[in-house]
This record gives sequence, C-alpha cells and structure tokens, in this order.
Amino acid sequence: MKLQEYTASAHNFEECMKCTICTAYCPVVPVNPRYPGPKQAGPDGERLRLKDPYFFNQALKYCLNCKRCEVVCPSGVKVADIIQSARMKYGNEQPRLRDRMLASTDFMGSLARPFAPLVNGVTGLGITKTVLDATFAIDRHRTFPKYSGRSFERWLKRRAKEQAKFDKQVAYFHGCYVNYNYPQLGKDFVKVMNALGIGVQLLDKEKCCGVALIANGMYKKATKNAEHNVGALQKAVDAGLTVLTTSSTCTMTMREEYPELLKVDNAGVRDSILLATRYIWQLLESGAATLKFKENYRARIAYHTPCHLERLGWGIFSTELLKMIPGVEFTMLDSNCCGISGTYGFKKENYEASQAIGKPLFDQIKSVNPDFVACDCETCKWQLEMSTGYTVKHPISILAEAIED
Amino acid sequence: MRFDTVIIGGGLSGLTAGISLQEAGRKVAIVSAGQNAMHFFSGNFEDIGPARDRVAALFAAAGVRTNAMDGLQLMPMGSFRPASLTLEDVTVFPDEHAAEKALIVNFTGFHDFYGTFIAEALEKAGATCRIRFVHLPEMEHLRLSPSEMRSVNIARAMDEHWEKVVGDIRILHKDEDLIILPQVFGLRDAAVLDKIRTALPARVAFVGTMPPSVPGIRTQMLLKRRFEVLGGTFLMGDEVTSAALHEGVVSSITTRNLDTARIFADHFILSSGGYFSKGLVTTPTQVIEPLFGLDIAFPENRNDWYDADFFAHQPYMDFGVKTDAELHAIKDGQPIQNLFAIGSVLGNTRKEDFGTAAGMAIRTAFAAADTIKGGNV
Repeated sequence: MKLQEYTASAHNFEECMKCTICTAYCPVVPVNPRYPGPKQAGPDGERLRLKDPYFFNQALKYCLNCKRCEVVCPSGVKVADIIQSARMKYGNEQPRLRDRMLASTDFMGSLARPFAPLVNGVTGLGITKTVLDATFAIDRHRTFPKYSGRSFERWLKRRAKEQAKFDKQVAYFHGCYVNYNYPQLGKDFVKVMNALGIGVQLLDKEKCCGVALIANGMYKKATKNAEHNVGALQKAVDAGLTVLTTSSTCTMTMREEYPELLKVDNAGVRDSILLATRYIWQLLESGAATLKFKENYRARIAYHTPCHLERLGWGIFSTELLKMIPGVEFTMLDSNCCGISGTYGFKKENYEASQAIGKPLFDQIKSVNPDFVACDCETCKWQLEMSTGYTVKHPISILAEAIED
Repeated sequence: MRFDTVIIGGGLSGLTAGISLQEAGRKVAIVSAGQNAMHFFSGNFEDIGPARDRVAALFAAAGVRTNAMDGLQLMPMGSFRPASLTLEDVTVFPDEHAAEKALIVNFTGFHDFYGTFIAEALEKAGATCRIRFVHLPEMEHLRLSPSEMRSVNIARAMDEHWEKVVGDIRILHKDEDLIILPQVFGLRDAAVLDKIRTALPARVAFVGTMPPSVPGIRTQMLLKRRFEVLGGTFLMGDEVTSAALHEGVVSSITTRNLDTARIFADHFILSSGGYFSKGLVTTPTQVIEPLFGLDIAFPENRNDWYDADFFAHQPYMDFGVKTDAELHAIKDGQPIQNLFAIGSVLGNTRKEDFGTAAGMAIRTAFAAADTIKGGNV
C-alpha cells in the first residue's frame, strides 16, 4: 500500500481541519460583513482557486494581514500568508493614486521633509482634510503623521565619528517612520545603546521594508525594496554586525514576509535582524551590560502588543524590559487589534470598521487610565492617540527617559 | 529566560496547572501552539470526581461560574451524558425525562445546530416537541457569506440583540415546560444566560452546537486572563522546538519564536494535548510523542488501533504517554524527574486514578501542580 506520509502544501494549507478557530479571533469578521473570514478567504478558498482562479474573491482585500489567524491556528496553517499570496497571484485590482501615495512612505517622506513646517501646517487644516477626503478618499477624521524637518539619517551621519568610538557596534534599520516622521525615537535608541556602551551605525542605504507596498498591491516595488534591503543587511552581517530595529512591523516583514510572500531569500540575514528590545533584554539578563535608572522615576504604564509583534512572539522582551524599570506600575492590556493596520485605517472606506475593531482596546485603556500607553508600533501609536487621547510611547523611549542622563 | 515552571500547552489542563501554581506564588510560563480543544468543549467536566469543589473555586476566582449538581446533560445529538460539574451554560436534568413539551428554537440558516435530532430523542422519551426558527434583521449580514453563519458570529450578534430574540421566543412559546436554545449566548458576558432564563416563561436548556464552542471560548479567555493577572507569562502562537534532557532531568527548552533565547525552569509540565493538538502524532506504523519521544504503548498491527464500527470505543483513544504514580513522564523505561505529563497527552492510560476527558485534564493538572508545590498528590 502506498501512503502519503506527510502533507506538504503552500503555507501549510492542507493541515487545515476546518475548526473555524481563526474566524472566531479575526478582528475584521465582527465589523465587516463583506469580508468572508480567514477560513473561507484562506484554506477553503484556496481549494477552489486551485481548481479555477475564477473563484478568487476581491473581498480578500479587507484582510488586515494582522496574522492573528496564524497565531491562534492549532494546526500551524499560515492563513494570512495564503490570503496575501492569493491577492498577489489572482488579484487584478490596480492600486489607485491614493493607495500609491499612502504606500510610498519613503518617497512621500523625502518629498515632504524639506517643506516640513508647511506640509504639517497644511495637512493639519480642516479644509485640507475635507479636500483629501473628497478627492482621495482619505478619511477626514485622520490626521497625517507630522513630518520632521531634518531626517534621522542626517542627524546620525553628523554623529558618525562619536558613534565609531564605541568598541562594540550595531547597525540600525530605522524605517521610514523614524527617518521622516519621528526622529526622536531614533535618538532615544542611540541614547540607550550608548548607555550600554554600544555605538550605532546606519546600514548602507536602507529602503522602506515594503509592508505598505504589499498591503496596497505594489508587489513589484515591494520585491525590489526587499532585494535591495537584503543586500544592505548582508553587508552589515558580513561586517559582523547585528541589525537592530525599533519597528515590530518592519521586523516581521523583513524576517517573515520576504521569504513567504515576496520569495526573496533572506536566509543569510534573517537571524541577525532583531528588535532592539530583544537585544537589550538579552544583554541585561546575561549580565553583559547594565543600565542605571533614575531613582525618582515613576510611571503607570499600560502595554499594548501590536499584531505583528504578537506574530513574532517577542512581546515578552518589551514587557520584561518595562517591568525591570524601578518605579513602573505595569498593566498588560488584552491582546486586541487597534484597527489601524498601517494604511488600512486611513482609507475612507475602512474608517468605520477600523474604529469598531479598536473599540474594545480603547475602552480598556480608558478604564485602566494609565499615565501613558506603551507600544512598539508606530501606526498603533497614531490610532491610540487619536482614539483615546492618551500619549503612546515606544518602550525604547521609555527606557531613554528612565535612565540616568 | 528563567521560570519556576514551564507548561507546554495552553488548554484546560495547562491553564489549570498554571493558575494553581501562580496562585501559590510560583513564576510560570505557558507555551501554546495556537488555540486548543477548549474550543470544542461541551461544558461538562466528566469524571471530575473528588476535584469538584476545588475546580469550582479556582474557576470562580477567574470569573467562570459552574454548576455542582449530579444529573444529566442534554447533548447536541439528543443523547444524555452524566454530569456532576458543568459550566453555568449547561442545564442539568435529574433524569432522561427532560420535558413534557419542549420548544426547540434555532436561527434561520444556522446549520450547526440540529433541532430534529434533539426532538427525535426527546419524543422517544415521551415528550412532544415543536421546532421553530427565529430571524433578526440584525443578523442578515451574517448570511452574505453562508460559510460564516457560525456559532461565534451569531453569539457576537446575540451579545447586542439577545433581548429581541427573547421577545420573539416569548411570542412563539405556547405551553411548553422546556425551551431549548443553541449555545450562542454570553460570549462576552455570561450574565446574559441568567437574564434569558429569568425572561422566558419555561425552563431553558442551552444545548451545544458544532464547534467552535461559545462557552468554551469564553472560559478559555477568562482562564488565560486570570493566569496573566496572577503574573503568568502566556506565549501564544509559539511552539516548543527542542528540549535539553540530560540524565533524566530537563534543564531548558527552545521555542520557534524565541529561538536562541532558551527558557530554563526547575519543572516542566507537558500538557500538549492529544492527536488534535499534535501532542500525539501518528505515522503509518507508530504513535509518537514528538517533543521528548516519551514511551507510548500501542499494538504493533495498525489494524488493531481501530474498531471498524465507527461508533464503538476506538482503541487509539486509549494510547498515551506512560507515567509513574506521580505523573512523571517515562522515557526509555525511566521516569524523568522534573517532567510531568497531564491532560489528553495521557490518552486513557490513567483512567483508574484520574478518570477520562475534561475531568481527567483537571485532576492530573492539580496532581502535578501539588507535587511541584510539595503538597499531597
């Protein structure tokens, strides 16, 4: 008798045993009836699509790619990867101008940066929001992230010599957000690393990790960016450097999405890409370095785990680091999606769903009433600050303010 | 990373052991490869035996209310099962004569609840039954995608609109002494169950649906939250990839997500579940415990694993990890000093001591936690 001993299928889809647990935990299903749910959109639909691509359903675009279906699947099926791959393979919807603008985070950033005060002033105006809403379908409730007048790259390049003086070195993949919108996080990162006795270098020209390009159907550009980044990362790794990041989404994209979705081989660099919180926690735990905290630091912190950090399984490093700070009163928020999912929540057609998804989290934050919220993701920060009024700080920024200057 | 105890598997037995240890002030981590068989839970802790009061107290502290009452649970296919402790969702009957007249209510388009099976069984026992369907405009959106007319999605709608359904049922009700509803209520807050019972003019029985189980999901969420509030670390969606075993002692494990960051602990508990959860795995010739390669007894001839009668007792359900009296897992004939096996990974190997099913999952969890705490087994 000839038996098939092991199943082998793309993204493990044949392991699905139709238990529907993924659908029970999908944040989109309860708020958007047009979305068929992860089981139907993923493994069930895949069976049909393999027979005939006619069965591809445009409603797959409502998937947030939050990966929560993969986190809860008892059978190890990569449900979100099946859905995203199907969009890449069968979807024929062309990204509109608005989607291209939202997705091109580095292009838009380099365009806006020289005129930052003007751009920030204009995008903050009610009339601009009305125009963007009417012409581009970018929801009027959203405020565009502010652009910084000086890029983080430029700031760090000016300090390259003093950074080079440290014996121990790491490379930093800062991402678009730190470079164009919020260089302060990068500066906080450098402060903490220096306090640990480590100097920070830039990569040899990084590009946007590509997550927003994937989400908006710009797959060719995403693949080009991935190939470029793997090359830049490889140079750093060959020089013996670990590459640290402060964005959980960039990290998940470069480690997981490059090989799974874009088919870009990252085997040589994958294990060297680490979130800064993980790296720092390991240093402190092993006793290889210490941080000296302020004696009078006090903060009541509620921590939100971003979806992509949940998928990486590395939330524990951020939370353990925060708990390590003397004077911190720590509350872990329930694991829920905040609803923004990068560029998704900016689109007019998604605004209501986006806010409905986040509601349980917003309500919990208000009832905990912390001094501020901690979170490793830039887009969660925008969403939570807009929707709750609480300030959201990155764990690295919290470390930076809690250590002795 | 260092903990007092690391538990592999975050289902009923893993969470019970984890909560029990955290309550005693131990530092515990649970590694859970996705969600678990709680999502199929009928709400009945069969074979709970002497652990009844203890588990009721542990669950109450987590916000999970239970019924400690001996009797029978009405099952989805119309059969009855003995019960002595159940989730509050379950109505316990003194005998199989559950009703004189029963009104069975289902939702239009919901195919995971079979009123006709229940009616046939009750009618055999002398009852008369009516089956009626309710429909709310607020649920219309669920029917856009026929595959998503599922218990959890209906339950979400019911969290908002249960009062409207109760109103409809009051109109449908004539003179029945029992109203049977599918278990799609109280996903977010079980308090709704009592409100429905009070608002309807007859006794109410919530009967199980096809998976996922709404009471099971609610219970899982509350137990996990309790474990975390007590200070436990829950690593969801991660998987143990290797274990360092030397001279009969486990020193550490690695996981897929934490890779080089090893997890060390004094004690380890294996609550990785049965075949569904891949705590037990079969090949064409073998039954394997994949993580440690623990000893399992099974017949050499694969035909002896099954009974051709589908509804008969299936021998493969009995296979499980071998343990000593204190539940230390056995490998190559030798007990591992700091590794305990609990829950479905045991199969039915410890039936005489701990019973079977959910009761067994909990009783073995308590036994292992007590040994670790240095108390009595």
